[in-house]
This record gives sequence, C-alpha cells and structure tokens, in this order.
Amino acid sequence: MYLWSTQQLQALIDLLRARDYDVIGPAVRDDSLHYERIDSLPVGWGDRQDAGHYQLRERADQSRFGYNLGAATWKQFLFPPRETLFRVRDGDFVNCREAPQKMAFLGVRPCELAAIALQDRVFTEDPVEPGYLARRKDLLLIAVNCSQAAPTCFCASTGDGPEVNAELPTDLVLTECEPADPYYLVEALTQRGQDLLEEVGGSQAPASARQTVDRLMDATREQLTRALDTEELPGLLLGALDHPHWDDLAQRCLACGNCTQVCPTCFCSTAEDHTDPITVEVRHNRRWDSCFTQGHSYLTGSVVHRSVRSRYRQWLTHKLASWVAQFGRSGCTGCGRCITWCPVAIDLTVETEALRAAP
Amino acid sequence: MASARLPTLAVFKFASCDGCQLSLLDCEEELLSIAQRLDIVNFPEASRRWEPGPYDIALVEGSITTIEDRQRISVVRKQSRVLVAIGACATAGGIQALRNSANVDAYARSVYPHPEYLSSLASSSPISAHVAVDYELHGCPIDKHQLLAVLLAFVEGRRPPIAQESVCMECKARGHSCVLVQGGEPCLGPITQAGCGALCPAYRRPCYGCFGVKEHARVEALMNHLQAHHGMGDDEVLRSLSTFNAGSELLIRIAERYRRPPPQDSEDS
Repeated sequence: MYLWSTQQLQALIDLLRARDYDVIGPAVRDDSLHYERIDSLPVGWGDRQDAGHYQLRERADQSRFGYNLGAATWKQFLFPPRETLFRVRDGDFVNCREAPQKMAFLGVRPCELAAIALQDRVFTEDPVEPGYLARRKDLLLIAVNCSQAAPTCFCASTGDGPEVNAELPTDLVLTECEPADPYYLVEALTQRGQDLLEEVGGSQAPASARQTVDRLMDATREQLTRALDTEELPGLLLGALDHPHWDDLAQRCLACGNCTQVCPTCFCSTAEDHTDPITVEVRHNRRWDSCFTQGHSYLTGSVVHRSVRSRYRQWLTHKLASWVAQFGRSGCTGCGRCITWCPVAIDLTVETEALRAAP
Repeated sequence: MASARLPTLAVFKFASCDGCQLSLLDCEEELLSIAQRLDIVNFPEASRRWEPGPYDIALVEGSITTIEDRQRISVVRKQSRVLVAIGACATAGGIQALRNSANVDAYARSVYPHPEYLSSLASSSPISAHVAVDYELHGCPIDKHQLLAVLLAFVEGRRPPIAQESVCMECKARGHSCVLVQGGEPCLGPITQAGCGALCPAYRRPCYGCFGVKEHARVEALMNHLQAHHGMGDDEVLRSLSTFNAGSELLIRIAERYRRPPPQDSEDS
C-alpha cells in the first residue's frame, strides 16, 4: 500500500491525461454532482440525501470524496443513453462504431464497481454487445472506499460496500483519510494499477495503514441506517405476486421511470430509426428504455404490463428476485439512487419489507 | 422532373395561434429537403397555392370551437389518408379549453360589445373528439424534430417514433439535475409526455406540462406528494393543471377535486 498526498492524486490525473485517457470523475454542476470529463477533483463537497430529496452541501474540509452519490452513473459512458448502432445511406449499411476514446473512471464507489461487474455480465457474455466491449476493454478503474454513507445507502445488505470487493475488476483502490487535510492510502489490484502507482510515486504506507482502512470502514458501516433484508428474498417476492401491497404501491408510483434511469444496473433499451432530413441517411439509434414505459412491454399489438401495479412489480421482482436466476445474484448493489431520485420518495427497502409481511 | 408523383401534404388550421404550423416553416434548411419528398399543396402560412384534396398526409392544428369547424374537420378527415393532429390545441383543446369549465356567455359579455354576433360551441375540443386521428404530436408548440420525424417516417412508410413516456426519461438521459428532487420545485415532468427534450429542466425550470399528460399519467399521485412534501396549495395545483392542456379529460377530472366550491348564492336573504 502507498500513501499519496493530494498533489499525487492530481499527478495521477495529469499522467492519465498525458496518456490520452479521458479522465471521468465527479464534477459539480447545477447544484448537483455529475460524472464528467475532468482535469481536477472538486474539493470540499458533500450531500444530504433522503427518500425523494437531494441537496449538495459544502463541507468545512478539503475532502475530494466527501460526497456520496449523485443521480449520475458510470453506465452512461459504457452503455450510453443514446447511441447510433448503424446508418443506412443509399441502401448501404454503414458501420458507425468508431474506436472509442480510452477512459479512466476516477472515484468509483464499491457499489458502483459491483454494478459495472454486473453490466459486464449483461453486455459481454453471450451475446456480446460490441460497443460496450470496445469501451470496456481499455477502461481503467480507480475505485474509492466510502469514508461516509448517506441515509439512503444500504450496500452492507447487498454485500457490495462500503469497502471495495478486491475480487471485482479494479486497478487502484483509494481510501481518503483525514479530510481536513487529506491523504490517500492507495492499493493496486492489477499490474496496470501497480505501474501507475510506481510512476506517480509517493511513499510506502505505514504498517498501520490496513488498520486505518478497517477503522474507517467500520465507522462507515456504523453510519448505514437503511437495510434490505435479503434473506430468502427471491422466493418470497415471487411468492407474493398477489400481495395487496402492490396495489398500495400503485397508488403512489408515477411510472415515470426515474428509478430505472438512475439505477446503475438497469440495462433495458429500445431502438428507433431516424432519418436525417438533409442527407436522407437513416440512423438506427438505441436509447435507454424502462420497464415503467408502455412501449417496454408492447408485443404483437398489445401491452403486457398495462397497469402501474404490474410495471412496479415487474421492476422489483426482476431486480431482487428473477435477476438471481438470470445472473447469479441480485440486481441491486445497495446504492440507494432509486430511493433518493424517486420524485414521490418510494423506498424499495420499505416496500420490500411490507411485501414480507403477511397480507 | 421526377417521374413518380410525390405524396401530398396539406396543413389545416382550426382554433389556434398558428405557432405549431410555424414549426414547419421554422424547419428552414430541412424544409427544402422535405419539399423534395412531399408535395406541399396547402400551407397558407407559406404559400398562396391551394390544391383540392384528396391529400396523402394532413397536419391539423387547432381545436374545434365552432359548428363550422366541426363540419370542416370531417371534410378534412375524408380527404386525408393520414391525419396528424399537431399541438396542444389539436390534441387537448388548447389554452382556450379553459372556458370548458367556465361560463362562456359571461366571458363574451365582458369582452365583446355585441356578443350576439358570436356563435361558438360550449367547449373547445381536440380533433380526436370529432374524427379519427392517426398520430398526435403534443406540445405548445410542437417540437420541430418530432414533426420532421413524423413526416420522414410517413415518406418512408414506417411508424413514427413518438415516445409516450415521461419527460423524466429524456431529462435523465440528458444528465440534467432534477429540479424536483434537489430543487423542491413543483416539476410536472413525471406526468408529462416526452418529446421536448426536457427543455425547461435543462434551464433549471420546472416542467409546466405543455406537452400534455403522458400515457398512464399519475397526476393525483404527484399532486398528493407535492402537497404533502413541497407545500403546494390547492390553488397552485389547480393552476398547474389549468394551462395549455386544460381540456384533457384526465386533467379536468382531477382539477375538479381541487376547485373551491363557488360562493353560495344568498337566495335566502
């Protein structure tokens, strides 16, 4: 393990940029935290979150990772909200997949790393999505352990945080210590990460560094106030398809799709053809879809999930139950975005608990 | 000269401000390209040319507010292979549908010196209330890109991509900050149909619903939350539902629940 100063953290960004990486990381814009191409990290930002509520706040310290999560997810870079898959010009197909720009994600949280690993399964196992694979192939991942949790976080319940799971694909793992005047404990998990670590330099971390990380992670676990009881959850949910609580949910849910758009693992898409009015070239575009839209379940002239009740049930049972059969684990990594960004503050941990109770 | 006949396009106007058909003129550069693929035979805002029907595609702007218009729209329908209602007036009755829940005679008396010369229907209604409509483009005004997409899809013989989902879907895809969750503003995005590209939220303004209600819009669920958690009063809810799409049956039904009972007539005194 190495010890980095804030200057060395900046040196990492500069080094990656010099090597033609787009460094994607946190940026503050319009009173919110976004993931964008950056050349430095924002300093001293935190947030207040609860169901249906988000507020960016200034911290009294120099923390670079003192915020939790915003609405943005890394999936927007690997599985973009809109993408042209191919074009047709004068009857000929034109491949428009260009070699992607190399990317480095800086500040990936443990729950987000788990989500990337999940989308890797969706898009790079049979069948392979070539666009995703091309962007993912050279992706450099720099993860950050969470030194604080938001009230909406419940990653301990899903086993995805607050500490990075070293089994997951990541090059470097940072832990921010002493936010008033921060330093970083840095660990490399790949050869590529090790090379970067040595190039940036820094000093060897003291022997107590491991205990420091453990202490910080224990403190974050203490802050986790939300929980999702995952015990026997798939069977329980799939056995509760007629539970009256779905009707209660349907009274509140707007079927607006926000939860699915901010979910780091949701992968549904739809495709549309657009003709350029001037060149008359047709573009076949893929864009994010949601199981909350009518079009999502439109099949041979009719809609399968007509009611809001059935759409919400589809989302929750897929995410927490049938996902397990499909991908070997739940589709939820406990990030809590669906709770924060639901306009009417629907909380899947609370709803799931209600569905556990006998009707 | 092209040997094949181009499909014909006609534009018709009913009770409206002309803003939606102006979107066609606003296409400017693209308009020339459209004119090479469609024969624009009737478009009074752009040309004096006026050809008799039948037409391959008709763009119909405006709502039905008079007996004459009610007759005219059925003629337009009979003459048009594909009829596209464009804009909030044609799809939901428009801002003029505010009179549907008011006393029109009282309005007429207060505005016109000779209200007896007026002749209008009791309500302002969308085109679909009178004739079959093939496609509807929402918005006040409509979005030029959606209009182009419909025309080009028609020329190429495929279904036009008109999403019926919420504005939130576009807003999140574009990475805008949420004006409701983080701004506490009464944004109507979750109940409003996409198509504008989340224009207002892009400028940190709450959506005021000019694109009308989305499919399965949960108006009351959103209003319940805005009232309980964002301090919205009945008057504000009523006002937010009484704009460009006030003639929407769903909005009328829900608005009634927030309307204060009119003051009692003091007949007894």
